[in-house]
This record gives sequence, C-alpha cells and structure tokens, in this order.
Amino acid sequence: MRVKGLFPLLSLLLVLTAMVSLALGKYPVPLKDIARYFGFRLFGVGNISPEYYQILGNLLMDIRLPRILAAILIGASLSVSGAAFQAMFVNPLVSPGLLGVLAGASFGAALGMVFSKSWLAVQTCSFLFGFVAVLISVGIAKMHKGNTILLLVLGGVISGALFTSLLSIIKYIADPYNQLPAIVQWLMGGLSLVDRITVFAVGVPQIAGILMICLFSGYLNVLSMGDEEARALGIPVEWVRMLLIFLATLISALTVVVAGMIGWVGLIIPHIARILVGPNNKILIPASALIGAIYLIVVDDVSRLLFNVEVPIGITTSLIGIPFFAFILKKARRGWN
Amino acid sequence: MELKPIIRTEGITFGYTDRPVLRNIDLAITKGEVVTLLGPNGCGKSTLIKVMLGLLNPEKGRVFYNGKDINHIGPKSLARDIAYVPQIHKMPFPYAVIDVVLMGRIPHKRFFFRYSKEDMDIAYNALERLSISHLAERPYTNISGGERQLTLIARALAQGARTLIMDEPASGLDYGNQLRLLEQIIRLSREGYTFIKSTHFPEHALWVADRAIMIKDSVILADGPCDDVINSEQLYHLYNVKVSVMKLNGSLRVCVPETICGCMAFGATG
Repeated sequence: MRVKGLFPLLSLLLVLTAMVSLALGKYPVPLKDIARYFGFRLFGVGNISPEYYQILGNLLMDIRLPRILAAILIGASLSVSGAAFQAMFVNPLVSPGLLGVLAGASFGAALGMVFSKSWLAVQTCSFLFGFVAVLISVGIAKMHKGNTILLLVLGGVISGALFTSLLSIIKYIADPYNQLPAIVQWLMGGLSLVDRITVFAVGVPQIAGILMICLFSGYLNVLSMGDEEARALGIPVEWVRMLLIFLATLISALTVVVAGMIGWVGLIIPHIARILVGPNNKILIPASALIGAIYLIVVDDVSRLLFNVEVPIGITTSLIGIPFFAFILKKARRGWN
Repeated sequence: MELKPIIRTEGITFGYTDRPVLRNIDLAITKGEVVTLLGPNGCGKSTLIKVMLGLLNPEKGRVFYNGKDINHIGPKSLARDIAYVPQIHKMPFPYAVIDVVLMGRIPHKRFFFRYSKEDMDIAYNALERLSISHLAERPYTNISGGERQLTLIARALAQGARTLIMDEPASGLDYGNQLRLLEQIIRLSREGYTFIKSTHFPEHALWVADRAIMIKDSVILADGPCDDVINSEQLYHLYNVKVSVMKLNGSLRVCVPETICGCMAFGATG
C-alpha cells in the first residue's frame, strides 16, 4: 500500500519542524547551539559557557519547548477529535465543536476569569463546562426517540447556542478594563501563556485519549456505515459511540484549557489527511494526529514571527485555514462523493 | 420429515405509536430455505426483517435462533451466524471495497483488534466467491449499485454467517444487475446458505425462492411454496392489481399484468 512509508516520513517531519521551531524566534538560536545545549544537558558532552547555558535553558526549556509541545498536543487533539466526529456522524463537514464542547469550555474560562483570580480555577472551570455542554447535547438527544445521530447534532446546536449566549452575558457583566480584554484575547486563542506544568498535566490525558481513539478507529469505519449495520455486526453501538464522544470531548476540552479557542484545525486536517492516506480510519486517525501536530507548530511559528506583535493563533489558523480549505474543496470532495 | 427451524418468531407484534405495523407474526424458517417476503409498501416487511435481526425490539413476542431467544444470544455470536445485507446506500466516505468486506470480521475479533493475515485471506476469498476480486481496492462509492450489493454480500460471507437476511436487495439495481444478484443467491443457496429476503418483484420469488410469505395490513396473508402461493388471486389480494402468472415452456413462471395488456389492447383498437 502507498501509505507504508508515510508514518516514518510524517514523524521525521514532525521532529524536524519542532527542531527548527526551537531555533526560531525573536532571539534566534542556531541549530548548532541547540544541539550543543542538549548534548551538554543530556549527556554532559561538549563545553558551553555557564551564562550561555543559562540563557539557552531559559529560552528553550522554559519558553519554546513547552509551547511547541503544546502546539503538538493541541494540533493532534483537535485533528483526531475532528476526524472521529466526521466518521461517527457520517458527515465530512463536522468539526470537534459539534456537540458544544468548545462553546462550553469558552464560557467556563470566561466565567472563571470574572469570578476568580486563580489561573488554575479558570482552567478547571473551562474543562468542566466543556463536559457540561456535551452532557447537555447528549441529554437532549436521549430525551427523544428517533435517529440518534440527528438528535445529537440538534442537541449540539442547542447546547452550543446556549453557551454562546451565556458567554455573551459574562462579557456584558465583565469589568471592561481588565476582564473583558482578557476574555476576548482568550477567545482568540494563543499559546503564549503555556507553561511546563500545564503541558505535562494536560499532555498525559491528551496522549491517552488520542491513543484510545486510535485503538477504536476500526469501529469508526463501521459506525460510519450507519447504526443498524454496525449493530448487525455485533457492535454495541451506543456504548462505543458514547465512549468515543467522551474521549473526543476530553482531548478537545483540554485544548481550550491550554490555549483558548483554536478553530478550523479539526475540520481541515482530517481532509488533508484523507487526501493523503484515504478514508480508512485505522490509518486516517494517526495520520491526522501527526499532520495536525505539524500544522499547528508551523501556524504558531507564523503567529510568533510574522509581525512585531504576536497574532493570536486562533486568527492565524482561520486566516490560513479558510483560503486553504476553499482551495482544496474540489480535491477534498473526491474524498467523500 | 420435521426439521427444527433455524429462525422462529412467536407472536411478534410491533407498532410505531398507535399504528400497528406487525400483528401476531408466527414464522418458522428452516435451514437452507430461501424465503421471500412480499407485500405492498409499508406493510411491515422491513420491520419484520429488523425484528428478526434483533435490531428492533417487538412490543410482544419473541424471536428464536436455533431454539434460543435472540435476546439471550450475545450480539457478536449472533452476528457470526446471521448477517444483515442492507439496501445499498449512499456513503460519504470512499472506503476501499476490501475495507468494507473486512468489517465482516469484527464479530470474530476481541474488543481491541487488528485485522490479521487470516482476516485478509477470508475477505479476499469472499470477494473471489462472488467474482468481484478485481474491485478489492476500488472505492466503495465508485462502483455500481450491483457491485455494491455484491460487496455487502461478500461482507456477510466474510462474517461467516450461514443465514443472510436481505432488505430489498434488488431495489435500485438495473435489470442486468438484478439478474446477476439472483444468480448469486441461487448459487449460495445450493451451498447450503439460508436466505430471507424482501422484494417488490413477485417474479424474483418465483425464480429463486422456495417459499413466499405475503404480508398485508401487518398480518401474514399467505405462506407457502412459491408455486402455490404466488398466483393471480393472491397477487390481487396483495397488491390490488390483476396479474396472471404464466408457466413458460420450461418450469419458469412469469407474471403478466392484465391491466397493462388491457390498456395496450384498448390503445390498438381505439
């Protein structure tokens, strides 16, 4: 199959992109110095002046590496949950926010910013409301009898609209000098506030979630044939679907916790991956993870470097993503017609 | 000789809200039979098929597979014996034909699974048995309706099921593909497969089925060997049209609609 060499290639590309991005910034560090720094830090080989070692340590380990790792985790999470939702809802135009997780998490973050000074409280609140929004969608779908997929989509529309309005209320009552700008900036998405502890705290469940979805990817193929066929093949459809929704919600809520709202990634990357590797979810899901990670590192580099001030990454992903999507639409349609 | 039924339904009653769809359906289907369900639109054929597969729970009554209530058989083990061949449908994702056939192996896998070499061999073998190996790598969305129906049958074979339940397999197929589909059903039934299928074409029952079950207004109107049951009187009851069933030189029977003959005769003389 033509996909054989693709995973090593994508992995290599990911590592290279991450390395180059470590070097890039307002204060460029030559790749040679990065190699020297890591050589000294990890293996104690080579020599490096203590001051320079200090500077590099601060720049690479405290600022750039957490940020790059966060970009990898967020890009992979959004792409994987987007691809999983597209298969599960048998619709290639679906994105991770379908069941309201992003709207809920945004509301939660804004609520936290208004009522608490603690950053941890903001993040926890954001995460919890991401889940609350999805629970509301699922609850609405369960209340009625009928086509589960359609009811879930409607539930998501309702829940998303609810939390968007609630967010407006928060914005309206927020202090317009300090809180409102903070909320608005958060909603535009950004990786500048990322620190090492958050990356580790969030990274473990995200990686676990992504791996679990990869393990379930064979079921995604069958779910996209429709519920009845999947059940006739002996699959506990409701159970598998709820588990997948839970995992997708977990990983995408955590992206909001780290970096606010980042749109378009979860819609575009699965399409690009589908063009490259085809629609089989067993290959598509891991490919989406890798491509999404590479994409978000690159977009974050653009955000950091293109102008004198940093552009919020949510804006950059949209500005790059929208024309790109319009451009590949013709090619992408071949993937689902 | 009394054979034990492979599938038996007992007093199946099913209704959407207050409108009954099925009332007190008792059926017994024997291993190796080819059974055709006939009936007008909305008579409950599809519902009966889904009840027999355990996809819908009837309000009253039970379905037995080999004497065991299907609610007490695990869905995976049921899927290893009974396969559902749905009507061909549109799909947004162009999975390769072989990937669709491979889905049939899931009932044989553990919860977390990878397809093995053996699964691949079984899937390719299923394609070969239906003479569609050449389609293996083609996108499922890019093949003809007939080829898609054969792919779904191949999936049922890969599933290892010996009983195939088909919901209007001929609908949406062109004339040639309909006939090729019937040929495959005859071939597989000679190998001992059991078929339960619904159709809108009485002739398809006359040509490939041993037995016809006619359903009208949610009850069984007639049940018996096709040659006995499918006659102009019963077809009139069932569809409210006048049709003669004629025997051709061999043993094949055909349906000739009298009303259309009448129109043509009228057109010619008038």
